Amino acid sequence: MAGTALRRRLSWQVAPVSAVVPETPSVRTITLDVPDWPGHQAGQHVDIRLTDEDGYVAERSYSIASAPGEPVAITVERLDDGEVSPYLTDELRAGDDLELRGPIGGYFVWAPPDGGPLLLLAGGSGIVPLRAILRHRQRTGSAVPARLLYSSRTLADVIYHAELDRPADGVEVIHTLTRQQPPGWTGYARRVDAGLLGEVAWPAAMMPLAYVCGPTSFVETVSQALVQSGYPPERVKTERFGATGGS
Amino acid sequence: MSPVSRGFHRRRQEPAENAGRVPPGQYVTHDFPVLSAGPTPHTRLDNWTFSIAGGGQQTKTWTWAEFRALPSQDVTVDIHCVTKWSKLDTAWQGVSVDTLLDLAGHDGPFAMAHCDGGYTTNLPVADLTGGRAWVAYGYDGRPLEPEHGGPARLLVPHLYFWKSAKWVRSLELRDTNDPGFWENYGYHMYGDPWREQRYAGD
Amino acid sequence: MESLDGNAIGGLLYDVFGTEMTAATGICGGCGTSSKVAEFAVYLDAPGTVARCRSCGSVLMVFVKVRETTCVDLRGLASLG
Repeated sequence: MAGTALRRRLSWQVAPVSAVVPETPSVRTITLDVPDWPGHQAGQHVDIRLTDEDGYVAERSYSIASAPGEPVAITVERLDDGEVSPYLTDELRAGDDLELRGPIGGYFVWAPPDGGPLLLLAGGSGIVPLRAILRHRQRTGSAVPARLLYSSRTLADVIYHAELDRPADGVEVIHTLTRQQPPGWTGYARRVDAGLLGEVAWPAAMMPLAYVCGPTSFVETVSQALVQSGYPPERVKTERFGATGGS
Repeated sequence: MSPVSRGFHRRRQEPAENAGRVPPGQYVTHDFPVLSAGPTPHTRLDNWTFSIAGGGQQTKTWTWAEFRALPSQDVTVDIHCVTKWSKLDTAWQGVSVDTLLDLAGHDGPFAMAHCDGGYTTNLPVADLTGGRAWVAYGYDGRPLEPEHGGPARLLVPHLYFWKSAKWVRSLELRDTNDPGFWENYGYHMYGDPWREQRYAGD
Repeated sequence: MESLDGNAIGGLLYDVFGTEMTAATGICGGCGTSSKVAEFAVYLDAPGTVARCRSCGSVLMVFVKVRETTCVDLRGLASLG
């Protein structure tokens, strides 16, 4: 069923927030209790709409952080000069209503029949849809081998840290910390480049399926390097979050 | 109407003393948003030229060195974007379009601005003259950055800022007022922020 | 300004076409390159939304919302499906 276009209306609906959970000092996961949610695929997103008392409307898109079958959740990073993200991370609380529409997307999605081996490449908040993919893989009991390369500024910026420290069978998680590393850190300590990818990525001959998500510059660098290493372009799926990953 | 999101406010407040300088429907911003319909061109200065064309005359072209040698002005103006932000007291350096048209000798009722990347916008020549428009290559005391339109952009602050075409390379004089890129899709042919002329029919 | 991609306009495309479109294939009328709509280079927040061919930069789609009407220009696409 993956990839089938769903013939239904994409309508705005209002859902109460059931929980707001801190992931890092600047990141929150917001879980929603959406009535009549039609279900979603791993990798899809929702559009969120905020309205102020004067009728001013701000709209943003956020990847769904939860797997199909789990309650809809989004993970939001607060951008200091953002208009929407500080509201979602600092003001919104359980019991508030949030207006959303979704699920949206049919390209940057994965389900077990799509196979692998899976190479997931996350830059910053690009981890969100990839985490949904990993949760879906685990919930379905899929044995597709998966490798996640996750680039963050510092260890404190790693989202879903505890969960990623306990990966499911067949999942490897490799971190790179680009700005600051803790004492004794033996992992990667630089931005993802062709050399780093060469050491981490599945060889092209294995016909891997790659999902690259994060700021535009991260996605451009990584996807181009994968294609240059022999990955067919149609096996490298990309989702760009813009220079700052949304606001 | 959608339900109000508890505790959500739009971002900014304009101080009372600016009220007379902010057109209807606008808010004051202190940053300088970058909006674009395409990738930032990076034209090398040794390839850059600016031209005045049309108007029944031979095209007049300046190289970068020739353009920089023209008399220039420092102006401080307020700018108003159709996406509702206004920025007050922006400082620019550039050549007045009056100077360019006088040197070129071209005339005509309307002009189409042509830009690297293919962007176009149309203006009445009357709005490009009388000290109301420049081809600007300096912003805030520094060379105009590519993401803001450098090497040079049109600056026409009395109209919505989509008329201040980034990466401008020529002004082509015409007898007819033909729509440019955004005007083709329903944006206003003139674009006066004080009459809130955002869309055709406003 | 960096561009996003067609994923960012999934909701807009749904409004315009009545269905999910990011996995659809578009052929550039400028250079003939075939790619998924999700892979188009997308420029948001300008006076309108512009999607360009990642290969040659040609404009493929333009969406402009004027009051309550969205104007859609697909002339840059040789095909979409």
